[in-house]
Amino acid sequence: MYKYDQLDQTIVEERVAQFRDQVARRIAGELSEDEFKPLRLQNGLYLQLHAYMLRVAIPYGVLSSRQLRQLAHIACRYDRGWGHFTTRQNIQFNWIKLEEAPDALADLAKVQMHAIQTSGNCIRNTTTDQFAGAAADEIEDPRVWCEIIRQWSTFHPEFSFLPRKFKIAVTGSPNDRAAVRVHDIGLRMHKNARGEVGFEVIVGGGLGRTPFIGKTIRDFLPKQHLLSYLEAILRVYNQFGRRDNMYKARIKVLVHEIGIEAMREKVEAEWQAIKDGALQLPQDLVDQIAAHFAPPPFETLPAGIAPEYAQAFRTDFEFGLWARRNTAKHKQPGYAIVTISLKKEGEAPGDASAEQMQAVADIADRYSFGEIRVTHEQNLVLPHVKQADLPAVWRALKAYDLATPNVGLASDIIACPGLDYCALANARSIPVAQQIALRFKNWERAHDIGELKIKISGCINACGHHHVGHIGILGVDKAGEEYYQVTLGGSADQNASLGDLIGPGLDARQVVDAIDAIVETYLRIRQKDEIFLDTYRRVGLKPFKEAVYAAA
Amino acid sequence: MPLLKAGQIVDDPWIRVAEDAALPDDQPVLITHARWEAEKEALSQRNAPLGIILPNSLDVLGFGAEAGRFSVIVLSFPKFSDGRAYSQARLLRERFGYIGELRASGDVLRDQLLHMHRCGFDAFEIARADAAEIFAKALAAYSAYYQPTGSSPQTVWAQRLRQRQEAAQ
Repeated sequence: MYKYDQLDQTIVEERVAQFRDQVARRIAGELSEDEFKPLRLQNGLYLQLHAYMLRVAIPYGVLSSRQLRQLAHIACRYDRGWGHFTTRQNIQFNWIKLEEAPDALADLAKVQMHAIQTSGNCIRNTTTDQFAGAAADEIEDPRVWCEIIRQWSTFHPEFSFLPRKFKIAVTGSPNDRAAVRVHDIGLRMHKNARGEVGFEVIVGGGLGRTPFIGKTIRDFLPKQHLLSYLEAILRVYNQFGRRDNMYKARIKVLVHEIGIEAMREKVEAEWQAIKDGALQLPQDLVDQIAAHFAPPPFETLPAGIAPEYAQAFRTDFEFGLWARRNTAKHKQPGYAIVTISLKKEGEAPGDASAEQMQAVADIADRYSFGEIRVTHEQNLVLPHVKQADLPAVWRALKAYDLATPNVGLASDIIACPGLDYCALANARSIPVAQQIALRFKNWERAHDIGELKIKISGCINACGHHHVGHIGILGVDKAGEEYYQVTLGGSADQNASLGDLIGPGLDARQVVDAIDAIVETYLRIRQKDEIFLDTYRRVGLKPFKEAVYAAA
Repeated sequence: MPLLKAGQIVDDPWIRVAEDAALPDDQPVLITHARWEAEKEALSQRNAPLGIILPNSLDVLGFGAEAGRFSVIVLSFPKFSDGRAYSQARLLRERFGYIGELRASGDVLRDQLLHMHRCGFDAFEIARADAAEIFAKALAAYSAYYQPTGSSPQTVWAQRLRQRQEAAQ
C-alpha cells in the first residue's frame, strides 16, 4: 500500500499546525462560528446534535494494521471507545471535544492519516472497490489512480470552494463494487479495441434529494490524461454549477439542466487547451506510485480448494455458512478475500469497538499481510487470506463477534446515523435497521432469500443510499411523526438503477412488517436462481404493493 | 480600502467609477465590465491607465483576449465560499498570459489568501492592519504543493522526479 514520502508527511503535519492555529483563534473568539465553520469542515469536523463529530479519511478504503490500531487509540483517547465506518470508506468519531481535535489529528498524522477534505464543498475522499488488488475479475489495480487523484485533489487551490461537495469513485473491475454510476465523477477502467487500458468517464450521478444515474461523457480516456480531464470537468463545474440554491448545486443538476452534450462540449474544449500541459502524467511518476501497490509476497500455492478449507467446510456447518457468504474469489491461487461483517443483528451498522479494531489489526498481521479494507457497505475486508487459514481466521473473528455470516444478505444493511446522531435527519435509521436485521436473523431463511441489499436513510440527503437499495427505506417527518417510504428495484452496480416508490409512508412498526411481506412475496413468486432484484425487474411493483397494503 | 500588494500594504491609486458616472481624464480608473462592453471605442482612446472589474459570473474565455489592455483586473468574491474567481484567475494568468495586477475583491479572508495567491492573485483588498503579517504567514503554511498552478513553486511531483534523477546519477 501507499507509504508517504517526506513531502507527503510534511504536508500533513503542516496541516495539523494550521488547524491548531485555527482552533486557537476560534477559542479565543477571533474567528466567528460562521468564519470557522468552513475551516473546520475542510478538516472533517462537524457540529452534531450532542458533540463534534470527526470524520477521518481512509483514502480509497485502504488501512494498514498500524493505522487501524491508531484508530482504536483515537476511539479510546478522544471518543467513547467506538468508531463508525461510513459509506464513503471513512470512519467517524461522534464524541470529540473541539479543543482536543488538533491532538487527535496530530496522532493521526503519526500514521500517515488525516481528515483533510472529508467535508466541505471540495473534492472528497476518492473511493474504490474494496477488493482492489485482490479481485479475480480485476482489469487493473484502481488504487494507483485513486492515490494519484488523492494527491492532485489535496488542497487544490482552484477547487476548494466549489458550488457543492464533489465525490469521485473508481472501479478497475467490470463488476462494479464502487457504485461509480452514482458519483459526481465515476471512472470505470476498461480496455479499448487496441487492448489499451483507460477510463470510461461518467459524470453527474448522485443520490440525495434528486437522484441521477451518471452519464458517460467520454468512452475512453487514455490514462496519462486522467488529471487534465478531471481538471477540465471541475473547472467547468466551478464556473457554471448553480450557486443560487444549495439543493441544486451538485454537478448532476448542471449536467441535467444543460444536457450531457453541452456538458461534453464545454469539458472537451477546456481539456483540449490543457491536456498536453503540466498535468500530463509522466510514466515515471505513475510507475513510482504503482510500485507502492505491488502484490504482497504471496506463497505459490496449487490452484483449487485448499484441503484444510474443504475439510472445515464439510465438517463445520457454521464455518461453511460463513465461508459461503463472507469470502470471495482471489486472483492468487490458494488465497481468498474475507469480508468481516459489521452488521451483527441488533448492532448499529458500521460500528466497531476499539477492542474489535485491535483484534482485526492483529488478525490482519497474522493472516493478511497487515492489510485491511473498508467497504462502502460499511464492512471490513481482509484482502489476502490463505484458504488454508480461513478456519483459523473465522475462529479468531468469532471470538470478537465479527463472524456474522450475512454479507450481501437481508441483515447486511447500509444505514446512515439518522436522528440518533445527525442534525439533518428527520427520522431514526439505526433502530429500523436493527429491527429488520433481527427479523431476518434466522440463518436458514436469510440464506434462502439470498442476496438482498436493504439501504436506509434518515432524510432525503440519502446518506444511506436508499435510492439504490434493492429495497430502499427513507425516513421522513410527517407532522412531527417519523414515517418511512419504501422503494424497490434500486441498484448501485454496473446495471445501476433507482428504486421505485411503492406507496404511502409507513410508521416504524409497519415498515418492518412491510419488508417482511415484500420478501415473502418474492419467495412465493421467484423463478429458479432469481435474486430479489431479478424478480422485481421481471414482475414490477404490483404484487409487492398488494402484499404491503393488503393488511392496511 | 487598503490594498495588500506584493506582501505590503500600499495606497490604492485606482478609482472605482460607477456605471454612469463621468470618468476623470487623467487618473487611473477601474470600470465595470458592462461599461467596457458599451464604450469600448471611446475607452480605448484614453491615455490614463485603465482597470476593469469583472463579475464572477463572466465566462472569461470570451474576455481573455482583451485582458492585456488592462493594468488591473479585479475579480470578485461576493462571499468567500463562492469560488468562481479562482478559475477566472487561473484562466487569465495561464491561458491568456495576463501579467498585470490581478486583484481579489469582496469577502477576502485570511484563510483563503494562500489559495488566491496560488491561483495567480497578487493584490488583495483586505481591511486589516496586520494584513502583511497574516499574508506572510499564510504563504508559509505549506512548504510544498501537489498541483502545478500559476504561481506555485516546484510541485511535489517535480521534486520527486528530480530526486529520482539525482539518485540515478
